[in-house]
Parts: sequence; C-alpha cells; structure tokens
Amino acid sequence: MELFNLGIRSIFIDNMIFAYFLGMCSFLAVSKKVSTAVGLGAAVVFVLGVTVPFNWILNEFVLKEGALTWISASMATIDLSFLRFIMFIAIIAGIVQLVEMVVEKFSPALYGQLGIFLPLIAVNCAILGGCLFMAQRDYTLAESAVFGFGSGFGFMLAIVLLAAIRERLKYSMVPNGLKGLGITMLLTGLMGIAFMSFMGIDL
Amino acid sequence: MSAEIAEKPLVAKPAEPLLSKRRKKLVTDPLIDDNPVTVQVLGICSALAVTTQMKPTLVMAISVIFVVALSNFAISLMRNTIPSRIRIIVQLAVVATLVTLVSEFLKAFSYDMYKELSVFIGLIITNCIVMGRLEAFAMGNKPYDSMLDGLGSALGYSWIILTVAFFRELWGSGSVFGVPVFEYVSSLFGPDFKLATNGLMVTPVGAFIILGLIVWVQRTKTGYVEH
Repeated sequence: MELFNLGIRSIFIDNMIFAYFLGMCSFLAVSKKVSTAVGLGAAVVFVLGVTVPFNWILNEFVLKEGALTWISASMATIDLSFLRFIMFIAIIAGIVQLVEMVVEKFSPALYGQLGIFLPLIAVNCAILGGCLFMAQRDYTLAESAVFGFGSGFGFMLAIVLLAAIRERLKYSMVPNGLKGLGITMLLTGLMGIAFMSFMGIDL
Repeated sequence: MSAEIAEKPLVAKPAEPLLSKRRKKLVTDPLIDDNPVTVQVLGICSALAVTTQMKPTLVMAISVIFVVALSNFAISLMRNTIPSRIRIIVQLAVVATLVTLVSEFLKAFSYDMYKELSVFIGLIITNCIVMGRLEAFAMGNKPYDSMLDGLGSALGYSWIILTVAFFRELWGSGSVFGVPVFEYVSSLFGPDFKLATNGLMVTPVGAFIILGLIVWVQRTKTGYVEH
C-alpha cells in the first residue's frame, strides 16, 4: 500500500514538470504533436524506470558512506558520495545506449518511433533529477523502482496533455510576442494550478 | 625550379585585441537579442525551481556562469582530440567534474546554501545551456572565444532568472534579498495599511506565469516571432 501511495504521489502531486520543473527543455520542444509527445513520454518512462533502481544499486553498494563494507570491513569509512554526479550521469548515458541497442534488436517498430528521442534522453534533467531525488530521500530498491516509473508516467501525462492543448492552439489568435514559448509557459502555469488540486490528497 | 617555389614571406597576422568588437559581440549578443532562455528556449529545466528567493538564485547564477565558461574553455582545448562518436560522454564527464567542484565548494563554505539548493546544483549538468553551447560553439572555436561565448550565454541566463526571482520574492514573500520591503513600505502609510503577499508566487505556477510574461515583454521589444 505504501508503494502504491508513493506511485500516485510521484505521478500527480510531486509531478516532475509541475512541481520541480525537471525536463522542461524537451517538454517545451517536443510538445507540438501528440504522437511525438507519446513517443518521448514512453521513452522517458522506460529510461527512468530502469536507471533509478540501477543507480540505487550503485549508490547503495559503491558510493554511499560505508557502502564498500561488503568488500572488507576495513573499507567502512570510505565515502565516495562526491562521485555521485559523474557516476550517475555515466550510468544514465550507458543505459540509454544499452536501451537503444536492445530496443533496436527486439522491437524495430518501437525503435523507429523512439529513434530520435532516445539519445536526447541522456541529457534530460528529469532522469538525473529522479536519480538525485532517489539518493537524497533514502528510498529502498522497491520504492526507487516505483518512484522511477511513477515520475516517468507523470512526465508523460504532462507532455501529452500539453501537446493536445498546443494542437488546438494552432487555430487561435495569439499575440506575436506570446507565440511559442510565452503562451506555452502561461499554459503550463494554468495546468500547474489544476495539478495543485492534488496536493490536498493526504497519502 | 627552386625559384618558383620560393616560400611566401611569412606575414604575422596582427594579433586580435583581447576585447575586439567581434569578441564583445560574443558576450553581449546572448544578453538580449539571442538570449538562451527567452529566444533559444534552453536551460529552463533546473533553474526555475530555485527562483523563490533572490539569494539561492544568485548562487545558482554564479555556479552556472562558472560551469558554462570553464566547460566551454576545457572542451574547446580538447576539441580536436575528441572522437565525435563519444563526444557526449566526454562533454558530460567534463561538466560533471566542474559541477562536482561547485557542489563540494558550497558544501565546505556555505552548507546552508548547499542544503537549500540540494539536487538543483547537480542538475546544472543537464542544463541544456551547457550542452547546447558545447555542441554549438566550443566544438568548433578557439578556447578564449569559447570562454567568452559561454560567459555571455550564462550571463543572459542569469539576468532572466534573477528577474524572475525578484518578482517572485517581492510578491510572494514581500522581500528582496531577505530585506522585508513590504513591511517597511506598509509602515510608511500608517498602522492600518498593509501590503498583501500572494501565495501563488511561491508555488511553481508563479514561476511559469512570470517567465511567460517576461518572454512576452522581451520578444515584443526585440520583435522576435516564433512560428
């Protein structure tokens, strides 16, 4: 039940976009069409769901203070957490590459859809942000997996909703200076107000 | 025979002044006309989250200036030796090293700020401005020019987030840099007068709306239209 609550919280209440502004670049750039937004969203769900637990393992057994105790008791005082950024980003870039190869091998159709987005995901703030939040909040392995998938779905939900609105927006008269980024920021703000209503839910 | 292939006299090119017109342009262009945030739509990712107060925003801005300028410089030094297939990983490694430096520095000298910024210092790594400038400029230009270009982009980014933070702190908490402006102004008008703060500004929604309005004003002034 705890895990279920965490999942709901990471999708709706602590939404990557509306609560933490993570992944804004791709959120703004790839939200012009619903179909591409779905593709990017699916790729983010997948990569977040895989990298967060993987980085948990890395953090737990290599980077955390005293994490190397499993090698020998004399290493209990070693604290490698200052290497966190560089290790996490290396793992993310590696896994993205791996995912790309696996998807290409087993599902060429999906690869065709995700193709261009997969390499971009390595530098998506939402992925690194998810991993850093995981390390900061001391999740367990199961929690980090749920958190990864939940945050990914939250991102997907946000980007698909925005893309749907922007498709409609093409037919409306927007002042010249507001076209593009300006109106999208205001829209995101309004969507954020709607998402704020979830904050009242006590999980 | 030998006379025909006489060497051309080597004329030393006059050295470009340290701050020539072209170089100044590298720094000043991204401030208004080619602003990374409002025109190129880069780097909105991690930084909006810290803009509820001026102080952490200033720290964030300085960190980004440091990271972008130095990573541009470092990558530009290595640009001819990096194989293009693995360049993203190399760039990420350089940037992550610099960000680790910033993070350790803050941890040692300003622990409260380190706690307050928490994961957002780490997220400078994936700030699109850093990667964008590395890809677009540092991979093909000389070190000093690249550093100036990075400096310009980071400054353009800094003034935008500082403006957002100014309005969010003023209207959200009634203060600027922690100085209670609203309280002071209210006291000028007698005991019954009170300037109210707006809680919406402290929430993420406030940041989106303020930035949207800044973009509107800025693009109207420069006449830039997105299609």
